[in-house]
Amino acid sequence: MGQTFKILGTCAVLLLLHFGVSGCSADGELRPDEEAIAQEEARQLQIEAAAAAEAAAREEAERAARERQRLQEEAAIAEAATVGTAAYARKIEEMLGDPQNPLSTHVFYFAYDSSDISVADRDAISAHAEFLATHPEISLVIEGHADERGTREYNLALGERRAMTIDRLIKVQGAADSQIQLVSFGEERPVALGHDEQAWSLNRRVELLYSGY
Amino acid sequence: MSPSCIRKVLIIASMRNMIQQPYFFIALALILFSSGSFARLNIEITGGLESGIPIAIVPFSWQGKGALPEDIAAIVEADLARTGLFTATSRDKMPATPHSGKDIEFQQWREIATDNLVVGRLIEDMRQNGASFLVEFQLFDVYRGRQLSGFSIQANHSTLRRTGHQISDIIYQQLTGERGSFNTHICYIMAEDVTTEKRRYRLAVADSDGYNEQIILTSSQPLMSPAWSPDGKQLAYVSFETGRSIIYIQELSSGKRREVSSQRGINSAPRWSPDGRYLTLALSRDGNSEIYLMEIATGELQRVTHSYAIDTEPAWHPDGRSLIFTSDRGGGPQIYSVAIDPESKTAQRPQRLTYEGKYNARASYSPDGKLLTYIHSDSGKYRVAVQDLESGTMRVLTETQLDESPGFSANGTMIIYATEQNHRGVLESVSVDGKVHSRLHLQKGDVREPSWSPFLNK
Repeated sequence: MGQTFKILGTCAVLLLLHFGVSGCSADGELRPDEEAIAQEEARQLQIEAAAAAEAAAREEAERAARERQRLQEEAAIAEAATVGTAAYARKIEEMLGDPQNPLSTHVFYFAYDSSDISVADRDAISAHAEFLATHPEISLVIEGHADERGTREYNLALGERRAMTIDRLIKVQGAADSQIQLVSFGEERPVALGHDEQAWSLNRRVELLYSGY
Repeated sequence: MSPSCIRKVLIIASMRNMIQQPYFFIALALILFSSGSFARLNIEITGGLESGIPIAIVPFSWQGKGALPEDIAAIVEADLARTGLFTATSRDKMPATPHSGKDIEFQQWREIATDNLVVGRLIEDMRQNGASFLVEFQLFDVYRGRQLSGFSIQANHSTLRRTGHQISDIIYQQLTGERGSFNTHICYIMAEDVTTEKRRYRLAVADSDGYNEQIILTSSQPLMSPAWSPDGKQLAYVSFETGRSIIYIQELSSGKRREVSSQRGINSAPRWSPDGRYLTLALSRDGNSEIYLMEIATGELQRVTHSYAIDTEPAWHPDGRSLIFTSDRGGGPQIYSVAIDPESKTAQRPQRLTYEGKYNARASYSPDGKLLTYIHSDSGKYRVAVQDLESGTMRVLTETQLDESPGFSANGTMIIYATEQNHRGVLESVSVDGKVHSRLHLQKGDVREPSWSPFLNK
């Protein structure tokens, strides 16, 4: 069966080659006259000159636009560096929302009845600590949560212990006491409904919520 | 709930500007217990036994205009059945329907082995503008053919169910020698849409069988840990209405409330001392969750525990001289007891009470101080357990998986708790022997954190 297909395939290729070659040999043997060539050359020169002029104008316009943009950017940078401006808030929001930026990780998850931070989260937490240390005007609420299993008041304390673990790590890396507020909601404010590990693992979390920019 | 049962509704909006949630919503409702009879909850017997005290409660006759306003006999029957101590004769097996003593042919009832018989009448009392009733009932010893008890009770439309519970209490006391706790209340938290911005939390009070629900407080932020004052007139609870946990005490009759603890960190788990002078509570103001005592009148705090672990969920021994609490100082959560003396401001070294299983939490004492009920977990299931303190033996009373907040009725014969059923929280009660479970259904939302009131008339 396979061999039959191979043979048929080869035949098809040969047929295509045959028709392709015969098509080429059928092309024209026409020769243009001298006058037509001269006219064509003159037209080409005109087109080229016009194109050169256009290019120069465009370049000039682009240079002006770049200059304007540079001035705008300089102004924006100056504004963005000023705490309290809308541009500054935008800049911070972009940083926090940029998936390439470790600050975009602002929810950390925990194992059952545990407040230990996973090793994989340490870099992101350090980034938050550095961000707070370099932006003293910004404040952070660290919200601790638990899954629904077990008793509510114990879970309230467990949520707080999770928040405290991250709080300690952030402060030891330079964030100020006054920048940070802790709050635990225990199991009272889940993000996932459901009574299985999938929902529980999403609810055992600490959320970092920034304000002040 | 009928509009007449809410005297006044206050709405306080926009408590504080918070990230992502600029507006918090909270409403306080002042309530009157005696009014409103709209039923939102009902009871299901989910398990039972055939060996209780045999009793027949004949449907009461109705002498008045219109439809029967309330099936008093059914209320009494449900009350008695829930305790697991009674076996009620079903109506289709009753040989007759007498309504007073002179109509009873005792031999008929002896033949179906009904030891006790309740008959009664509901009479519209025309002396007072038609809104008043007279409820008469008699309890008979069928074998001796003798009346054990008989009362005539005045009621109005909104107190008819309560009258039913009072009758249940009288019958219970007559036949068991113990005080009944049917004419009591429960409080609990209801939640809706907890994962969305529409989330609502409500603090509610209802009759012990779940009827006559009254909303005490509504908030867009979590409400937790409602606890009765020993006189049944106030509730302490935790509210997150300002964005963090704060403990309030609220008087039920007036709706007046005051903040009693808003320390830095968590303010959690308030429970009244038996004499009503102190609250015990869990605070993390000193770094992590610890047990404290607060003198309510002065707000003065005494710290009871000193540990790096979580210490929370305190509860009083009925003698007021010791507390139990949950602590994970031994690795996982277990129950500990600590002797205290609020007057001399001293506390002894805590002693561990639970050893079976990896998770034992949120314990409370029976009114006689002989039993503990708490949440026990083994292999991922969280169930209501009872521990006999003298023998140390523990027994699991439920077969559900996510039980919470167990607590005794005022007379210690039943335990109310919350569990999960079809993806929502429901309330159940179980007789202390574990034999009879009843479920109190809510129409919508999650119900959790039930607490049974003390006796309403001391």
